[in-house]
Amino acid sequence: MAEVAFGKVAITFTVNGVERTVETYPMARLLDVLREELRLTGTKEGCGEGECGACSAFVDGKLVNTCLVPVIQARGATIETIEGLATGDELHAVQQAFIDAGGAQCGICTPGMVLATVALLREHPDPNEAQIREGLAGNLCRCTGYIKIFDSVATAARAIRAREDASGHGGGAA
Amino acid sequence: MGKYVGQSMPRKEGTDKVTGRSLYVDDIVLDGMIHGTTVRSAVPHGRITGIRFDPAIPWDEFVIVTAADVPGENVVTMLIADQPFLAHDVIRHPDEPVVLLAHPDKHLLAAAREHVHIDVDPLPTVFDIESSLQCNTLLFGADNVFKRFDMTKGDVDAAFARDDVVIVEGSYETGAQEQMYIEPMGMIAVAAPGQGVTVWGSLQCPYYVHKALKPLFGLPAEQVRVVQTVTGGGFGGKEEYPSILAGHAALLSWKAGGVPVKIIYDRAEDLACTTKRHPSRTRHRTAVTRDGELVAMDIDFVLDGGAYATLSAVVLSRGTIHACGPYRCPNARVVGRAVATNLPPHGAFRGFGAPQSIFALERHLDHVARAVGLPPEELRRRNLLNRGDTTATSQTIEEAIDLGAMLDDALNIAGWAEKKAAFAVHNADPANTTKKGMGLATFFHGSGFTGSGEVYLASVVGVEAGPGGHVTVLAASTEIGQGTNTIFSQIAADALRIPYELVEVAQPDTARVPDSGPTVASRTCMVVGRLVQDASEALVSTLRDATFLKAGDYTAEQFAGAVDAYLERFGTLRIYSKYKQPPGVVWDDKTYRGAAYAAFGWAAYVAEVEVDTLTYSAKVTDFVAVQDIGTLINPQLAAGQVEGGVAQAIGWAIYEGVDWREGHMANNQMTNYIIPTAADVPPIRVYFHSVPFSYGPSGAKGVGELPMDGPAPAILNAIEDAIGVSIRRAPALPEDIMEAVLAAAGPTTSEVNHG
Repeated sequence: MAEVAFGKVAITFTVNGVERTVETYPMARLLDVLREELRLTGTKEGCGEGECGACSAFVDGKLVNTCLVPVIQARGATIETIEGLATGDELHAVQQAFIDAGGAQCGICTPGMVLATVALLREHPDPNEAQIREGLAGNLCRCTGYIKIFDSVATAARAIRAREDASGHGGGAA
Repeated sequence: MGKYVGQSMPRKEGTDKVTGRSLYVDDIVLDGMIHGTTVRSAVPHGRITGIRFDPAIPWDEFVIVTAADVPGENVVTMLIADQPFLAHDVIRHPDEPVVLLAHPDKHLLAAAREHVHIDVDPLPTVFDIESSLQCNTLLFGADNVFKRFDMTKGDVDAAFARDDVVIVEGSYETGAQEQMYIEPMGMIAVAAPGQGVTVWGSLQCPYYVHKALKPLFGLPAEQVRVVQTVTGGGFGGKEEYPSILAGHAALLSWKAGGVPVKIIYDRAEDLACTTKRHPSRTRHRTAVTRDGELVAMDIDFVLDGGAYATLSAVVLSRGTIHACGPYRCPNARVVGRAVATNLPPHGAFRGFGAPQSIFALERHLDHVARAVGLPPEELRRRNLLNRGDTTATSQTIEEAIDLGAMLDDALNIAGWAEKKAAFAVHNADPANTTKKGMGLATFFHGSGFTGSGEVYLASVVGVEAGPGGHVTVLAASTEIGQGTNTIFSQIAADALRIPYELVEVAQPDTARVPDSGPTVASRTCMVVGRLVQDASEALVSTLRDATFLKAGDYTAEQFAGAVDAYLERFGTLRIYSKYKQPPGVVWDDKTYRGAAYAAFGWAAYVAEVEVDTLTYSAKVTDFVAVQDIGTLINPQLAAGQVEGGVAQAIGWAIYEGVDWREGHMANNQMTNYIIPTAADVPPIRVYFHSVPFSYGPSGAKGVGELPMDGPAPAILNAIEDAIGVSIRRAPALPEDIMEAVLAAAGPTTSEVNHG
């Protein structure tokens, strides 16, 4: 009820390259603002306490659990959600890899898992097994046993490196 | 095999899932929709004396529903009519629903929920199997037993009286397990007098929900519609509880005059109130000859059903039938009982009773092997079923079976002999505080409903052809991650001999799809998939009979032309197929004998573990899973099922413990109910021996549940191998391992061996 007492405020941030302003309670969860105010429902809620990673999104380039972020903290931030990852109809290499390697089953953890993979590959373009396990340990999946997700990460890493080799430049373009 | 069956075709709805475009129930917003919530009992057992609404809340803004508002029968009937949608007189478990509230603002709703007080006069409570069996407090009938099965084969008492057998006894337990689908339960309903009831939600069995809603509102079938939205995992957890949740959302909407109502559980509520895997206690008494021939098994198998009967009897049935495993044993007696307690009702969870009874058997067989001085693999090898042998229900195995070769494969792949030798040396060195061990399990799992179940279900599937030769599969089988959409499309495309891309699977909607039975029991591929194949073949025959399609091969264009011609002439092309029991599959419910299942999946699993003797934590370091599930429709999806099942079973074995406090799950958060993470799973190495099943689609059997059965006993066998201490209860959490080790260091209580 405290949220009601304090009233709503206007908060502006950039989501998937577009500047957005929302009128909301300052302590509203970024997760709810994305899902309910902006109708970006690819960001999911699995636990509401930062354990499962289904609500992962990038805030200023850092992957966070949006269920733990009061929206006031995102004022002026640059936010990237799963909806902003593909380029038009062309899937991001990580998304394609999750299809090809069977990394998605029920799909509810998939947006968060895909973004966690993007974050992992930005840091480790050629990750070893320990880095993959560590990089995904904050995202829970109950369907796959993670094995095909590990395969998806490796597939994506190869695809991104191959593309960069072909285009003649390296660096963290993932 | 055809063009698509046998290939790892990409998941049909894969693009929607990786882009976040898939709409799960909480992603759907209807015009004017308000939110619903549930007020639940705080006590485990008692008589309701009053419901008080705190005047601090403006209740006139809320929709309020109690049992008094139910227009029809306030009971959901899985097998017997005992569980109310809303408790009205007696509370039988903690977190039982009593009052429903709805309001446009879900924040106000959450706050208001705290201001409804349910007054209860407490009644005596029962929280575990032994207390229930003692009957000091009666919760159900004359003996607290929801259901009892007696299964017998041969002459058990005569076998135990033989003078050439060793008798080995043991008692084993398993704890509750939470399905922990990552998408919590949710439902949207639009319901009003005169307009009927429609619900959309996260569920496995549309027609179960349909069946539950009709009497709740006193409506005929055609005025109730159930639609499955994209579902974020089920594992059995969304088999029966969605009927209750759908009823709740619909009752609120009905009271509100047709305003759409959405109820989404948060994780804490989902964990506290929805069904879990039944806790179990199994006592084994086994007669075995000195050269390891199993002569008789006497098994007392008990499940904790919780506060209501739900479908415990069926879970018990499967557990009872699987209790003797895939072994040749001429004499067997299994008594299975499901008993009442004041815990929330336990329910369906992948494996459905079989993991519990197989856990006990496969742990016990290691002790039997030791009693006769045989290695565990050798005892099993000497008793595995072969073609022509009979199971404990006296079912003769007619299909080919390759379990001995699978066991050998699993041992070789895992490096069993070499590692056992190396670990013995490693463990003998006191400087090594981490002890290593290997364990195995051989097991089976029946595909499809038990006994006459599939005959009673009489499932139906439709296949409809539209303009341009686009074909839609009409089935109530739900996609819950396991790949229903994909395998049905593969099976249909091959049977129709058209491109995979031309086939789609309709969203399960009782207004559109026939009742193809529930999405449970490893039946979707084998039973319903076969109906997809049959209906597709019948559709081709229809086009040929109508002479729009010539004999022999045809192209996609010719198929499309034939469909278009048919539609122009007759309007609709929709073919249904109905389940037919394979010949020779005969079951007697009275004697509990006969063909329990048309087909079995078979498996041999090997686990390698490390146990840290300082922290007492166990870790699975390698896992080999060899199985026969018949022909693989989609190898990638099949392997994904096995990997996911093994990981879930690893959780049950060493991580996932429900902390019951007066019947309430105290650790109802992901923070303290621990499921395996990416950092916890071992390499899971999956191998298939594919022995085609004559009556499955292209020879396929079921896969979903099998991988849940074997890992827990294999892992606890491996833990015993590592530390030399027998742990007879799953999960083996660090505190359990510590207790067992400390107890073993003191006065010992090992199994009783009679010579």
